[in-house]
Amino acid sequence: MKDAFGTPQSLLILGGTSAIGLATARRLVARRTRTVWLAGRPSPALESAAAGLRALGADVRTVAFDALDSTSHEEVLGKVFAEGDIDMVLLAFGILGDQARDEAEPLAAVRVAQTNYTGAVSAGLVCANALQEQGHGSLVVLSSVAGERARRANFIYGSSKAGLDAFTQGLGDALHGTGVHVMVVRPGFVRSKMTAGRAETPLATTPEAVAAAIELGLRRRSETVWVPGALRLVMSALRHVPRPLFRRMSAY
Amino acid sequence: MSVDTVSVTGWGRTAPTTARLIRPRSYEEAAAAVVECAAHGARGGIARGLGRAYGDAAQNAGGSVLDMTGLDRIRRIDAEAGVVVCDAGVSLHRLMEVLLPLGWFVPVTPGTRYVTVGGAIGADIHGKNHHGSGSFSRHVLSFDLLTADGEVRTVPSGTDLFDATAGGMGLTGVILSATVQLLPVETSLMCVDTERASDLDDLMARLTADDHRYRYSVAWIDLLARGASTGRSVLTRGEHAPLDALPSRARRSPLAFSPGRLPAAPRFVPDGLLGRTTVGLFNELRYRTAPRARRTGEIQKLSAFFHPLDGVPHWNRLYGRSGFVQYQFVVGYGQEDALRRIVRRISSCTGGGRGCPSFLAVLKWFGDGDPGWLSFPMPGWTLALDIPANLSGLGAFLDELDEEVAAAGGRVYLAKDSRLRPEMLAPMYPKLARFRALRAELDPLGVFTSDLSRRLSL
Repeated sequence: MKDAFGTPQSLLILGGTSAIGLATARRLVARRTRTVWLAGRPSPALESAAAGLRALGADVRTVAFDALDSTSHEEVLGKVFAEGDIDMVLLAFGILGDQARDEAEPLAAVRVAQTNYTGAVSAGLVCANALQEQGHGSLVVLSSVAGERARRANFIYGSSKAGLDAFTQGLGDALHGTGVHVMVVRPGFVRSKMTAGRAETPLATTPEAVAAAIELGLRRRSETVWVPGALRLVMSALRHVPRPLFRRMSAY
Repeated sequence: MSVDTVSVTGWGRTAPTTARLIRPRSYEEAAAAVVECAAHGARGGIARGLGRAYGDAAQNAGGSVLDMTGLDRIRRIDAEAGVVVCDAGVSLHRLMEVLLPLGWFVPVTPGTRYVTVGGAIGADIHGKNHHGSGSFSRHVLSFDLLTADGEVRTVPSGTDLFDATAGGMGLTGVILSATVQLLPVETSLMCVDTERASDLDDLMARLTADDHRYRYSVAWIDLLARGASTGRSVLTRGEHAPLDALPSRARRSPLAFSPGRLPAAPRFVPDGLLGRTTVGLFNELRYRTAPRARRTGEIQKLSAFFHPLDGVPHWNRLYGRSGFVQYQFVVGYGQEDALRRIVRRISSCTGGGRGCPSFLAVLKWFGDGDPGWLSFPMPGWTLALDIPANLSGLGAFLDELDEEVAAAGGRVYLAKDSRLRPEMLAPMYPKLARFRALRAELDPLGVFTSDLSRRLSL
């Protein structure tokens, strides 16, 4: 169960090797979280992520989960929920893709969309239903500022996040009053291995900062969290910039 | 019997969860509801009274919550012996309305009249008279308990099942009715002495010196005061006023009971209304308006002495959307240093640089402990404080206080808890293993379950 400050005792991370996911887990394990499920494709990285959290004192279990294999989600995630209540699900999987290649190879672009959007829709709904069944819990979904307005430089990734973001908002409305809390997290440019070697955009942040914002959002039962918070203002301004001007601004 | 799906929180309004709210109107309906809880998946059910437990003791995510307030009949009053038999859903407020005109008072009342008899037993509540009278269950002769098998057992005091249920947070079963021994009173008014204590040591000295002369005693502490005045407080102690202490006008209807109520707190209050500044001003005012020297023999209404907050319905809303947590702990005699350290830490706490604004902090001392296995009181000092839940760093701060309390052999009060770490429970409650064993035997399927029991693996 969550405590009065929204800190979960059990956590399921979809995308168990995600830098933001693991930073969040480390932060929560330092508070109340004792049970962590890391869902992801079996790999040494997943095992070492689990070992890292175990070293902090958590009871960590891994589960084979493939975002692209939507038909398996019900069964795989159902098993996790059957083991006991999950106080918080962090939907953290996603791929950035390679914009230039993805534009040239439509199937590569489809893979980005299927992972970030279709996979999240099925996994998100499976978890939402399970959370609703248990009458409590938070579903935290990692969106991105990239989904707020399509940019030339990463519109394939951005459009998948836009879909995910809209889906999550709607899901939050659907679950309002059921005891399940749905929170969209929109980080800006996060310095992590996913973005290594890419040009930073202004207001860049770190996985640890995102984790801190998630913990605060849990305490406040927020529905939308921007990281850093200033992005809320920046993006609401950018949303209204005329397209010819926006094109010139986001040419990089 | 109505059934709704609703979002439920405790009085502190934190951590809402959803449950099916079942409202039985008879013992038979309650028994049917328990059978249904057992059948409805593995999420179980828990009895709920007027929802004054601060944390998650009377909520049950994904399962059922039995709203017992529909079972509110007073079944029998023995006006000679002062014994009442009533349903578990009867509030202490109702009992006072009915019993005071007959010259009887509830043996123990907490800071609110709006708790049910079932809840009073389940949390084994205490009042300002614990040092002499013990907790509520000490005055309960027996109760009828609906257990997980759907049977009703009459449980007399002195038995294991009684001691597991008194303070057992509703996890042994649903209390249907109780037989309670009452306290005779001549009037419905209180004779109250008020004095100031300049700091914590002064307060403890005054409490120790002459508390035995008073039936009721409580100290309100200004936890925002620092330095030399850390722990400055206002001490109010009293006794039921005898008839001859009343002014002649009041003697005409000495047992009248008419508590006034102000308008309810508004539904929406911004977070931070009860911040450091407002609470600081309030505390200053409260301390300054208390008499410098002891004021004795003041005649007060019962409600003003016992239940000042009941005058503002829904006062819990004043903490805003984020709600608040109440922290109440007890440390035994001889652990005064631990108490001093904790008070100093709270007074100098700067959660997010904003200080730890405690609007209501109350210190009193407990007499002998009570037999309930998970009963909170033990001989020693108890401090209770309210803190807005949105204060940053509060969770970690209270965890540190838990360590200090446990190291001093003390414990925190489960009826007020909403954030204790599960591993702290066993050191604080030595009879926990016994409680778990009895519960495993009585309710092997875990039909009686609450968010509290899940959170703490009770």
